[in-house]
Amino acid sequence: MHPDSEDVQKSVRSYMIVFAMLMVFTLVTVGVARLSFAVPVAIAVALIIAAMKGAMVAGVFMHLSHEKRWVYGTLVLTVVFFAALLLLPVITSLDSLATGNPWVR
Amino acid sequence: MNIPYTVEARPDSGLANGKLGIWLFLASEVMLFGALFSTYILLRVGADTWPHGELSVPLGAVNTIILIGSSVTMVMAWASLKMNNWGRHRMFLALTFLLALVFLVNKYFEYEEHLLAGEGPNHNTFLAIYYTLTGLHGLHIVGGMIVMGYFLGPGAGLWKRNPAQFTNRIEYTGLYWHFVDLVWIFLFPVLYLL
Amino acid sequence: MDLAATHDTPVHDHAHHEDLPFWRKYIFSLDHKVIGIQYAITGLLFLLFGFFLMMLMRYQLAYPGQPIPLIGNWFGADKAPGGIMLPEFYNQLGAMHGTIMVFLGVVPLAVGGFGNFVMPLQIGAPDMAFPKLNMMSYWVYFVGGVVMLGSFFLPGGAPQSGWTSYPPLAVIAPAGQTAWLFGMVFLITSSLLGSINFIVTIVQLRARGLSYMRLPFFVWAQLVTAFLLLLAFPPLEAAAILQLMDRLAGTSFFLPSGLVVSNQVLTGMTGVAEGASRAGGGNALLWQHLFWFLAHPEVYVLILPAMGIVSEIIANNTRKPLWGYRALVYSVIFLGFMSFIVWAHHMFMTGMGTAISAFFQTTTMIISIPSVVILTALLLSLWGASIRFTTPMLFALAFLPMFGIGGLTGLPLGLAPSDIHLHDTYYVIGHFHYVVAPGTIFALFAGVYYWFPKATGRRMNDLLGKIHFWGSFVCINLVFMPMFIQGLGGMNRRLYDGGMQYAHNAELLHWNVVIGFAAWGLGLFQLPFIVNFFASIKWGALVDRNPWQATTLEWSAPSPPGHGNFVTEPVVYRGPYEYSVPGSSTDFTPQFEPEHA
Repeated sequence: MHPDSEDVQKSVRSYMIVFAMLMVFTLVTVGVARLSFAVPVAIAVALIIAAMKGAMVAGVFMHLSHEKRWVYGTLVLTVVFFAALLLLPVITSLDSLATGNPWVR
Repeated sequence: MNIPYTVEARPDSGLANGKLGIWLFLASEVMLFGALFSTYILLRVGADTWPHGELSVPLGAVNTIILIGSSVTMVMAWASLKMNNWGRHRMFLALTFLLALVFLVNKYFEYEEHLLAGEGPNHNTFLAIYYTLTGLHGLHIVGGMIVMGYFLGPGAGLWKRNPAQFTNRIEYTGLYWHFVDLVWIFLFPVLYLL
Repeated sequence: MDLAATHDTPVHDHAHHEDLPFWRKYIFSLDHKVIGIQYAITGLLFLLFGFFLMMLMRYQLAYPGQPIPLIGNWFGADKAPGGIMLPEFYNQLGAMHGTIMVFLGVVPLAVGGFGNFVMPLQIGAPDMAFPKLNMMSYWVYFVGGVVMLGSFFLPGGAPQSGWTSYPPLAVIAPAGQTAWLFGMVFLITSSLLGSINFIVTIVQLRARGLSYMRLPFFVWAQLVTAFLLLLAFPPLEAAAILQLMDRLAGTSFFLPSGLVVSNQVLTGMTGVAEGASRAGGGNALLWQHLFWFLAHPEVYVLILPAMGIVSEIIANNTRKPLWGYRALVYSVIFLGFMSFIVWAHHMFMTGMGTAISAFFQTTTMIISIPSVVILTALLLSLWGASIRFTTPMLFALAFLPMFGIGGLTGLPLGLAPSDIHLHDTYYVIGHFHYVVAPGTIFALFAGVYYWFPKATGRRMNDLLGKIHFWGSFVCINLVFMPMFIQGLGGMNRRLYDGGMQYAHNAELLHWNVVIGFAAWGLGLFQLPFIVNFFASIKWGALVDRNPWQATTLEWSAPSPPGHGNFVTEPVVYRGPYEYSVPGSSTDFTPQFEPEHA
């Protein structure tokens, strides 16, 4: 259901707060990248910050925090399959029968 | 013949048809970009070396800020309609369109710089996945701009005839636009920083 | 809201509804019934064309190197000089047979055709949630089909790297492959738009009283199918883009470094210095992952609507409720979910380690459980039933053991140790054809006979239907059963001469002649169906709203339904399969009939 006019006024404040936080996080991401961490750590940090930014865009701008079950359910399902798509292929190439996977060079 | 729940929400699902429709579409888009991220992972894990510093971080960061800004103006364009302020809605929607255009112009210069140096998609796998990911993302920006252009232009008449339906459509456009922003929020660190 | 049509009676009242010009009423219609029929007829025509492609292949396999009789000179010197099929042409036929049957034939008929026509009627909706999107979905599919067919005329011919289009071969294949990739982009787009429409329609437009657990199983099957299409297709679209980049932009997403083709390092194409390799850094398995991520759920897209159709027909022709409705619903949902995490069972031979192989074997074994539950529920539904052996029921009954054989023969393929011997043999071809051909396609025939009266107001001829059934049933088993024998004997698939060059195939080759004759028989027995279908549109016996005395909502609408479908707003009072309710004066109590006082 759509919030009415007064609720929207309150939402505008949260949009601005989120905007500011997104700016900050962007600068943090760039700053952190300059401190050369080991690759796995760098990846983890970058993705965590990106995930936090994403959560804010999704939760506040896209109103996902008050969304309905069908939307929420579809997205949960999507996230599970997204994770499978990202992880399983690389796992099949890491856990190889040969000493080095000859296809991946 | 009247299709129910095109504007008002169905009581048991709490959704209007278009709302569910756009979220389903976004779910499919998550899988589309997911496949490309999976490609990136597989190719990078299998590579002996992976280029660093090929892309301009400042330009990428500026584009990130531009796109986030456009997300704010987009949600404000919708909020203005909820507050019945047609003028501010027009301003915010036009601003969103403009910011998107600036993003694309920056992208154009970025591509041009590399292409002139002979660094096309065939130069190495990093650039291949870079061009594909940002290219597909760019096409999505163009798509969004076309829809915004429609609502700034010929589609604006719907506000007079059926303000609730027009507001819904702007909301759905906004959802799509925030998604495009979301993809970039992940693209930027992955391609430019890591 | 007003679901009622703005006019009263039903049967042929085109005079009442807005007098649209012919091209808007029948070509660019927004009505789900017209669009459904468009999908169905186009799909059936593609199935027929795919069948012809197979007949050509079967001739070559039965009589390798012999000129194709009568029509051999139609194909030109680049495909069949002197009427003798070139290996390249055989491969084109193979790739196109698979692509056409799966993407242009079965799915458009099962989902676009039956789903579009029947589902809104079964849920009491006036149309789909997004009629314009529905129309667009059909035409985008149509364009995709034209692109695919047009590829036969490109230099180098049609796509010839299998329906699976594996790199590196597909990347260096002639121009037809590019057409395949573009064609797939159209088909995938059509599917995505359609799946969004289906889900929103089912969630949002159900009639009053039609809760989820009162939905006909056909609707549940279409709902899960739509989710499969929605979430599984995009990775193939991405992969198609990547392969297009490899073919057209000189990238190496799928080309490993140091690739040698015909004893030469791969050169040529864009952006490569003279003599340097054009390939590097890519991963051929990446394509396989992205392709099978779609293609495994795709096979459930092929079977689920069929299970839905068969369920409706069995309930109706046993005059009993389906056994285990809840089990069916939970099974189909679980099946849909599992289908996303089994895909690498198509890749057991690619060198993956034992741990991840065990994972995929396990999920593959688990996914057989809901299939068995569904099959068992349908079988148990026959117990104590008053079976009416109508033509749709014959096809629906045959589906059960045929799907059983198809499913059981999948088990040794899903376990890696046995898959080592059976992978890429005719055993695989036998397995999947059993599920799709005497499985799904029989179910689709059943659906045509069953819903033809609703769509046209006339019934099809029963005698012709029975000839169609018995002839097809016998011949189709003669076509596919020998393939298990051939596969177990080690005969490889996709060999243009049937594997003549291999000594171990010598004893197996004669089966190709048997299969060839059986295929001819199968083709001939489709003639009664084709004649019946078109003749009945004009001269079939007229029927009223509910000729099968069925219980689901579509039978409350006129035959055929008018614009807006229902004369008065449909209301649902009970579950979908209230047959032989004790104390009732009739052996069926429709969902839409009000309670008696």
